[in-house]
Amino acid sequence: MANTYFPIATTTVGSGGAATIEFTSIPQTYTDLLLKLSFRSSAAGAHGGSAQMIFNNSTAQNYSFTFLRGSGFTSPGTGTSAGVAYIRVTNNHPTAGNTASTFGNSDVYIYNYTSSSAKSTSEDSVEENNTSECYAQITAGVWTLTNAITSIKLTSEATSFVQYSTATLYGIKKN
Amino acid sequence: MPTTYEPIATQTLGSNAATVTFSSIPATYTDLVIIAQMKNNGTGSDFLATFNSDSGSNYSRTILGGNGSSTYSARATNASFARFNYSEPITTDGNTIYKINIFNYSNTTTNKTVINRADRGVTSTVAIVNLWRSTSAINSITFATDLSGNFVSGSIITIYGIKAA
Repeated sequence: MANTYFPIATTTVGSGGAATIEFTSIPQTYTDLLLKLSFRSSAAGAHGGSAQMIFNNSTAQNYSFTFLRGSGFTSPGTGTSAGVAYIRVTNNHPTAGNTASTFGNSDVYIYNYTSSSAKSTSEDSVEENNTSECYAQITAGVWTLTNAITSIKLTSEATSFVQYSTATLYGIKKN
Repeated sequence: MPTTYEPIATQTLGSNAATVTFSSIPATYTDLVIIAQMKNNGTGSDFLATFNSDSGSNYSRTILGGNGSSTYSARATNASFARFNYSEPITTDGNTIYKINIFNYSNTTTNKTVINRADRGVTSTVAIVNLWRSTSAINSITFATDLSGNFVSGSIITIYGIKAA
């Protein structure tokens, strides 16, 4: 039986940092996509890192997401952003004010990315850095356009992704 | 690279069905991953399952979710089925997605733990843990919905097997 969990591409940020990471010309031969992210941002302060995801370079307000988050510092919280221009795939990943060499990590699962229906996503995101306030978050996302996804752009909301930040895209086949 | 993540079976419904069953699941993997995109015709919003046709009171679960304005947690014990949603119903548009992880499904020494996500981007995200109090290896899974509802054409369920090293 064939292996169906393929690495498509990996990006590792170099010494100059990067404001965006983009996967283009994504092959249309899989069923689902999985992104594994390891991000830290260069912004000052702590907990300020977040990353946005868009598909096919579309910034129209056709994205929505709902999250559930715990920090160990305050009561768990939830929120929804409907009709926005991106899905937030990490929230509060480490920045310059957090423990050095510590990165936040996320799994982003994109279902039926070649289909002609809306695209649903599931995210698991964590930031742990041995301080009193850290984050674990789950997120549901949707892109309501029906185009097949051919590219994914990840953008840092806090200055840029620092060196050694990584993003790997996997394709998963059902047959 | 050794093959460790393999599709076992996919069912894409071509007509309405009250249940979807995967039988004769091979015991050659360590864990199972199930990806499901279900649709209904307005009746039957819950996503449920039994293992090995066991409808005894052998299931329990804990739910943690958020809907954008409030968080919630819930529990059920001595239930007769596993449940994979709470406020993320199966709908006609199929935009609620279920990702289900079944741990150590093939061993015969431990009860079976199942962790799943149910996500509907604009309204809700939830994580659920189900326990099936049986040490039997899981060799069949029957999915169903509630209120005598049906899954409708276009619903898709895929089961993957994951091998340990």
